[in-house]
Amino acid sequence: MVKYSIFSLLRNAVSNHENWPEAWRSPTPKPAYDVVIIGGGGHGLATAYYLAKEHGITNVAVIEKGYLGGGNTGRNTTIVRSNYILEANAHFYEFSLKLWEGLSADLNFNVMLSQRGVLNLAHTDADIDAHSRRGNAMRLNGIDAEFLNREQVKAFVPLLDCSENARYPIMGGLLQRRGGTARHDAVAWGYARAADARGVDIIQNCAVTGIRREGRRVVGVETERGFIAAKKVGIAVAGNSGVVAGMAGLRLPIETHVLQALVSEPVKPVLDCVVTSGAVHFYISQSDKGELVMGGDLDFCNSYAQRGNFPAIEHVIRSAVALFPSFSRLRMLRLWAGIMDMSMDGSPIISKTPLDNFYVNCGWCYGGFKATPGSGWMFAYTIAKDEPHPINAPLSLDRYISGRVYDEKGQGPTPWAH
Amino acid sequence: MLLIRCPHCGPRNQDEFAYGGDATVKRPADPASASDSEWHAYIYVRDNPRGPHEELWHHAAGCRRWIRVRRDTLSHRILATGPVHGPLAEEEGR
Ligand SMILES: Cc1cc2nc3c(=O)[nH]c(=O)nc-3n(C[C@H](O)[C@H](O)[C@H](O)COP(=O)(O)OP(=O)(O)OC[C@H]3O[C@@H](n4cnc5c(N)ncnc54)[C@H](O)[C@@H]3O)c2cc1C
Ligand SMILES: [Zn+2]
Repeated sequence: MVKYSIFSLLRNAVSNHENWPEAWRSPTPKPAYDVVIIGGGGHGLATAYYLAKEHGITNVAVIEKGYLGGGNTGRNTTIVRSNYILEANAHFYEFSLKLWEGLSADLNFNVMLSQRGVLNLAHTDADIDAHSRRGNAMRLNGIDAEFLNREQVKAFVPLLDCSENARYPIMGGLLQRRGGTARHDAVAWGYARAADARGVDIIQNCAVTGIRREGRRVVGVETERGFIAAKKVGIAVAGNSGVVAGMAGLRLPIETHVLQALVSEPVKPVLDCVVTSGAVHFYISQSDKGELVMGGDLDFCNSYAQRGNFPAIEHVIRSAVALFPSFSRLRMLRLWAGIMDMSMDGSPIISKTPLDNFYVNCGWCYGGFKATPGSGWMFAYTIAKDEPHPINAPLSLDRYISGRVYDEKGQGPTPWAH
Repeated sequence: MLLIRCPHCGPRNQDEFAYGGDATVKRPADPASASDSEWHAYIYVRDNPRGPHEELWHHAAGCRRWIRVRRDTLSHRILATGPVHGPLAEEEGR
């Protein structure tokens, strides 16, 4: 692997950037691997990287049906944060945020982490109570959180409508300064390149079409390029979790729902943090290119279509204009959607399964991008040791049998409402 | 945008409805004696098909009745609709 540095940049500038080596190989699949990971999104690639780096397991293939990061990894709005109340989630997401903080150096790839702050708005007295409680829970878990009053919010985000007669009055906000955004593609590419350098085979454009079982053991996967034997198989296929687990004969506590996002034309810097509103169901940030990136709710009905319906878009636009009246004259540039693995309690699953050597990583809902490093790290640990790490042990599949679920909102088993 | 045919009111905009999820799960017949795994299957586990899906919708801004819809989760096409307990009528000409 060529180390990326100011010197390699200068050297390649001299040759008009025509001689950069490929960032990872495109190998022909071997007949057998120690571990096969299905799904070449951020989670699958990070898992392969940490299997090699932390556990010395390098005879690994990542099998991706399309191109790397073409799923939710390349479709998300890149918010990174760890502002959870429940202990299992708080410790997991904080572990992940700490990995983010050292990730560019670890991968020798700039993932463009920008800790510009994530601000959750409070619009009512009840919001103030809920956000204060969340902030206190975070601080008790050693995670940074600050409550801003209305004047402080106004100073922090000058374009917000903080006037008395705003459609959604602003009464304050909970700020996590260490939260922010990162570059989505870079995360997939950085993990792919670093995993490849340690010997992992990354196989793109190769869908897994079946999972071969002998009793309680999985022996390998059927793919578009033939059968590939595996001592262990892990899946990290987001919205396709139900379909792929179904190939191994498992049913999951997961529903697949569609989430849309949209961006405006690029404008000069106007918003230097992430703003979210749980009450309005809306969030927004500005990309490094200047586009305002925004989104809202799921479309609220099961969907495998990577496109959504208009009511959700209308809601997002309405919210944007109500909170930021000056954005009313922006034109929207494009919109897209990804299919989400919504779990029954809204919390993720990194777990062993009833099969001996088959592992699942799913249930990321609309928040799995920020989890990418932590998810890969914990999934690699679980696969390598055949047991979960104490941090992901609570996030196991059997919590749905015991009833020990982690439902941040107290919403109950309505996956589209988490 | 979905156009959902309410069996009581006729075709209406998706905005008038609230989603109620998978219509095929069944509450254990005898709750008092149902095992943990029966509750687990009812409350948490779903087929989650990529294709035709039987689901409940509530005509919240209309007749306020629950209805049953068969919809393809990949194409979003509505295949049939009907009352919760009655027969479904196939959508025509689509
Ligand atoms: C619009 C939108 C906004 C979002 N915003 C945020 C956000 O701001 N912050 C945040 O933290 N999260 C966000 N998310 C969620 C986040 O994107 C995901 O949780 C995360 O990227 C999931 O990563 P993954 O690697 O598990 O899945 P993916 O990147 O989807 O990777 C799964 C891969 O599996 C492959 N696959 C599927 N089936 C097969 C098969 N049979 N054989 C081989 N390969 C297969 C797919 O092609 C895909 O590439 C958002 C998501 C969307 C859609
Ligand atoms: Zn009706």
